[in-house]
Amino acid sequence: MALFDAVLELADDHLVLGHRLSEWCGHAPMLEEDLALPNMALDLIGTARGLYTYAGALEGAGRDEDDLAYLRGERAYRNLLLCERPNEDFAHTILRQFYFAAFMVPYWSAAARSEDETVRGIAGKAGKEMAYHVRHCGEWVVRLGDGTEESARRMKDAVEALHIYVGEMFEEAASAGIAALPSRAGMRGEWEATVDHVFGLAGLSRPVVPHPQTGGRAGVHGEALGHMLAEMQSVHRAHPGATW
Amino acid sequence: MYSQGLIGADGRSEETQAFLDAFQKRIDAEEKIEPNDPMPEGYRRTLVRQIGQHAHSEIVGMLPEGNWITRAPSLRRKAALLAKVQDEGGHGLYLYSAAETLGVSRKQMTEELLDGRAKYSSIFNYPTLSWADIGTIGWLVDGAAIMNQIPLCRCSYGPYARAMIRVCKEESFHQRQGYEIVMTLAQGTTDQKAMAQDSLNRWWWPSIMMFGPHDADSQHSDQSMAWKIKRFTNDELRQKFIDATVPQAEYLGLTIPDPDLKWNEEKNGYDHGPIDWDEFWRVVKGHGPMAKDRVKARKKAWDDGAWVRDAALAHAEKRRARKMAAE
Ligand SMILES: [Fe+2]
Ligand SMILES: [Fe+2]
Repeated sequence: MALFDAVLELADDHLVLGHRLSEWCGHAPMLEEDLALPNMALDLIGTARGLYTYAGALEGAGRDEDDLAYLRGERAYRNLLLCERPNEDFAHTILRQFYFAAFMVPYWSAAARSEDETVRGIAGKAGKEMAYHVRHCGEWVVRLGDGTEESARRMKDAVEALHIYVGEMFEEAASAGIAALPSRAGMRGEWEATVDHVFGLAGLSRPVVPHPQTGGRAGVHGEALGHMLAEMQSVHRAHPGATW
Repeated sequence: MYSQGLIGADGRSEETQAFLDAFQKRIDAEEKIEPNDPMPEGYRRTLVRQIGQHAHSEIVGMLPEGNWITRAPSLRRKAALLAKVQDEGGHGLYLYSAAETLGVSRKQMTEELLDGRAKYSSIFNYPTLSWADIGTIGWLVDGAAIMNQIPLCRCSYGPYARAMIRVCKEESFHQRQGYEIVMTLAQGTTDQKAMAQDSLNRWWWPSIMMFGPHDADSQHSDQSMAWKIKRFTNDELRQKFIDATVPQAEYLGLTIPDPDLKWNEEKNGYDHGPIDWDEFWRVVKGHGPMAKDRVKARKKAWDDGAWVRDAALAHAEKRRARKMAAE
């Protein structure tokens, strides 16, 4: 069960964040981002699907990707609080994605050497995608941080708002002691280096967070997640057992 | 996706007859006209308007389907819908680029869309009210768009024709995917089947209106046909669409909401009942049920994104200045 829980956590991270990005589709600041944001959302949802399918197989109770995504409520979701944060504005969205991807790049790179073949397969593909997310979002962090007075202010606001959720990424949670998955705490050095490099170019600094927020791994979320799931699951739940 | 011929073209030209004749000779010889070639002003204006309307349709068309991305009932469908809506954005991008070869900027075209000067396909001013609409739009609306766009792959203007070749491949994928969604519903639970029928009931007439007015009432077709921007008349394309779609609906066990629809052996095609042209013109003139919301959503995205675009420009400017200072 332990690997199942850890894989489920990862799957929830990807689906919830992918769903958030997908909310932008058709509403982005420019046409190029109307293509790029759904593209990143597709990467995340694709990875989530692979992870849910694997979790279902590990559990062995006959649950498929949709059972796991659509038929669990907010208390059962195990995603990071960072991933569920609302889009707010483009600065928040880009920074949230950058923070997450800057974690996942070293994570998938370590997972690509896992003893578990399925994990290796998922890690290989997802790692490449996340490297692109770091590049794309990192460039935006620099543009916005350096751009205008307004964009710099919005970027700083986003850092203030989201940095309190960073620490949770490094908690081992269900993956503690699981050989098939890398240690989450071990990613801190590389994450900080990636962020510091980009922040340096953007004129931003990493704030000190005296009171980090955590709880997603225990299913104790912010209020926004319940609304997201209610919307996401509405059609599926209205037609129990139907095929789509 | 786009169809519905052109709304309000102005094909007038002031060139000499000799110039127009020489141009027509090239067209008749099926030569492609390229951006730097001499062309009648009316030809250029017609294309700017048509390609612009087409591009806007792709972009506004992202909204009705985007309305269901967050509610797609399975992860597979969610991913496919996201990819589809993203494709439509990509079509918008190619098309804006094709229009830019005629000397009009994307920014200018966008402003015309937002202030209501430029039109887009009225089909997108209808609401998407159930998941089935995602299937029906792919099946009928992308299907109708293909009927119109396949001939555009041979359009006399090179950049438009080439953009269409790429776009058409994706549109036919969308059409098949939409049909497959409707098929899954039609073979599903009683509720799913009812959802599919209700959706067909709402989208059928707007879809066949996508081909525009009857040929007898269509003002701008002749010049566009002569210039080989357009190759089939509205009624010819509508007939092709109906003939292709009726058997598909029958296969699904769904009923097309037209009691007058019947096979006509003589013309080897279907006859259809009268189209509600009052509704057509009402919607074309901007009074469709979602017209205000669509433009408002585009305007909000544009206005909310202004600071992002400004920041990108300012950053590029600062970088250039820093680079110059360093040299
Ligand atoms: Fe399209
Ligand atoms: Fe399409």
